[in-house]
Amino acid sequence: MPDLPSTPPEEPAFLNPLLQTQQGPYFGEYGGRFVPEALVAALDEVEAEYRKAVDDPAFRDELARLLKDYVGRPSPLTEVPRFAEHAGGSGVRVFLKREDLNHTGSHKINNVLGQALLVKRMGKTRVIAETGAGQHGVATATAAALLDLECVVYMGEEDTQRQALNVARMRLLGAEVVPVTIGTRTLKDAINEALRDWVANVDSTHYLLGTVTGPHPFPEMVRDFHKIIGEEARDQLRERTGALPDAVVACVGGGSNALGIFNAFLDEPDVALYGFEAGGEGIESGRHAARFAGTSAPGVLHGARSYLLQDADGQTLPSHSISAGLDYPSVGPAHAWLHDLGRATYRPITDEEAMDAFALLCRTEGIIPAIESSHALAGALQVGREAAARGESPTILVNLSGRGDKDVATAARWFGMLDHDHAAAADDSSSASDAPATPTTGGDQ
Amino acid sequence: MTANPSTDAPRAGAQTASGVAPLLRRLRDEGRPALVGYLPVGFPSVEQSIEAALTLVEHGVDVLELGVPYTDPVMDGPTIQRAAEQALEAGFRVSSVFDAVRATAPTGTPTLVMTYWNIVVRYGVDAFAAALAAAGGAGLITPDLIPDEASEWVAASDAHGLDRVFLVAPSSTPERLQLTARASRGFVYAASTMGVTGARASVGPRARQLVEATRERGGDLVCVGLGVSTGDQAAEVGAYADGVIVGSAFVRPLLGDAPWSERLRALGQVADELAAGVAQARSGSVS
Repeated sequence: MPDLPSTPPEEPAFLNPLLQTQQGPYFGEYGGRFVPEALVAALDEVEAEYRKAVDDPAFRDELARLLKDYVGRPSPLTEVPRFAEHAGGSGVRVFLKREDLNHTGSHKINNVLGQALLVKRMGKTRVIAETGAGQHGVATATAAALLDLECVVYMGEEDTQRQALNVARMRLLGAEVVPVTIGTRTLKDAINEALRDWVANVDSTHYLLGTVTGPHPFPEMVRDFHKIIGEEARDQLRERTGALPDAVVACVGGGSNALGIFNAFLDEPDVALYGFEAGGEGIESGRHAARFAGTSAPGVLHGARSYLLQDADGQTLPSHSISAGLDYPSVGPAHAWLHDLGRATYRPITDEEAMDAFALLCRTEGIIPAIESSHALAGALQVGREAAARGESPTILVNLSGRGDKDVATAARWFGMLDHDHAAAADDSSSASDAPATPTTGGDQ
Repeated sequence: MTANPSTDAPRAGAQTASGVAPLLRRLRDEGRPALVGYLPVGFPSVEQSIEAALTLVEHGVDVLELGVPYTDPVMDGPTIQRAAEQALEAGFRVSSVFDAVRATAPTGTPTLVMTYWNIVVRYGVDAFAAALAAAGGAGLITPDLIPDEASEWVAASDAHGLDRVFLVAPSSTPERLQLTARASRGFVYAASTMGVTGARASVGPRARQLVEATRERGGDLVCVGLGVSTGDQAAEVGAYADGVIVGSAFVRPLLGDAPWSERLRALGQVADELAAGVAQARSGSVS
């Protein structure tokens, strides 16, 4: 059950104050509020309402009820022994936190329901959201239908093509989907457009931001709505193994699922934390979204200071990933902070490594993961193999943040599983069907 | 929030060596508001953007606002977004802004630079201020930097004698109006409406209320921007504001593929109309 704000851990903390209860606007030197003045009043309103709500039993009960009866929480913890055989051999245990089994198919719904209840409390009638892979947009459209809110979702035109199924889902749920046709036409441009909408309509509208970035209070608030992931997993794993995990592994785009599962372990010094970002076609190719790989520098984007892919002039560089949900040039400020503290380790996973892990989980365990989450699975294989090489037998907890239904067309094309006609139908251009095994983002070729 | 700018910082309109306040105050004494004209540097090329800026000066613009094209301009509407995108595609580099300021400074028309904050962060806040001051620039307008986050910029602008123009919006609380008015130097930029840049059919009553509220909270000089595109609107806004800021209406005639000389001529006509609007703002013939 959600417990907001966090209860202290049972173990004594190794740092004071606790990392897991860090409040905004700053996480170390990261975060803040780099926004037009027009939005400050709305951000103050959200923050004030949030702080009131977390102390209000009625709010907590309503959110807990929705998470249980509507989302299906607690999400299961599944041990995957056949997959673990590939992660360093005998003795290595891998457990998946099954956020893919939540209603709407990913962790995104946790935060969306929390914010949507705040919207009702604030008396606003309209929500807007950005989406990359479409998972946050679908979750927002779902909550808007449930709570009778008008909903507009901004989505980069490139992403509307590679995630066409999710566009249809949002429209079925009654949301308006607006393809964004300026800039790189991906997640970052969708956020720009959502911010412009919010400035113009802030009286009636809440911007239901979908990850742990953006201006204060979003990084803190979104973390708090997702920290239930790690809290459940910690208790489930203790019950199953009698211990904490040795390593916790997640993919990092903006970073909400990662922070959600990390948070319960931040103040547990014996638990190693790993975030895997999109290495795209490799760091040296320049086509990636690896903010921590040494090619980025701290900067300001979308209201927060954090690590940022940018050129020498401070212009945002386009990111690349086969997974739309990780295709973002910045990262939540809490991750920048944890990176600099050395509390979490961040590494890139290439498109190819992610797709190999995707296939492996499908065939060893009968679970089709989101391509985003497949970056975490590939990371778990690395972490397990490295530990095994040191003679260790770790227990690895992986956040399986989403399911892969939306990615079936991309994966089928990647693995060459479509005949010519189907490949052509799955992709407007004919080039993908000519070379079905060629890495493709599924819509930009 | 981080350290607020010191509360004893000079108020909006305080005198600096190269700032715009002396001019705005002189125009106020003469009975008219200033016309502030925005153009993005590098659109369609650096040289042409300088020509366009000089055209604005010839046609009655009192203060230039040169914009830095940026990949993620969240306060700009489609017209300026398009121009910025074209400038970036044409290879715009930030150092060109200082070249442009150097080219306009000899006209005697004060030149402010409008930039999103990451451009300055990346350049180095103090280094940017030093380069701008050396080029003869008057200061910065920062649409996505609020005073709460501006301690480094406050220090750099003090060190280099530059104006710092922060924005207020119809949603700003009285406390924030006071904070922003105190942190600003040169003038306070009042966003006439809740929204992004771009021409609008009418400016609306919130602008006047905002200007009055900002003055009540200590803003001496207050200019109004967002949505002003015609002489009549300029006269209406200029009746109560110390300056009328026009952006998209100057960018629009420069878009398209007509011969450059024709586009410049169209720009001059728009500037003439707006200059005539501000000239009669306090005459009573338009209200």
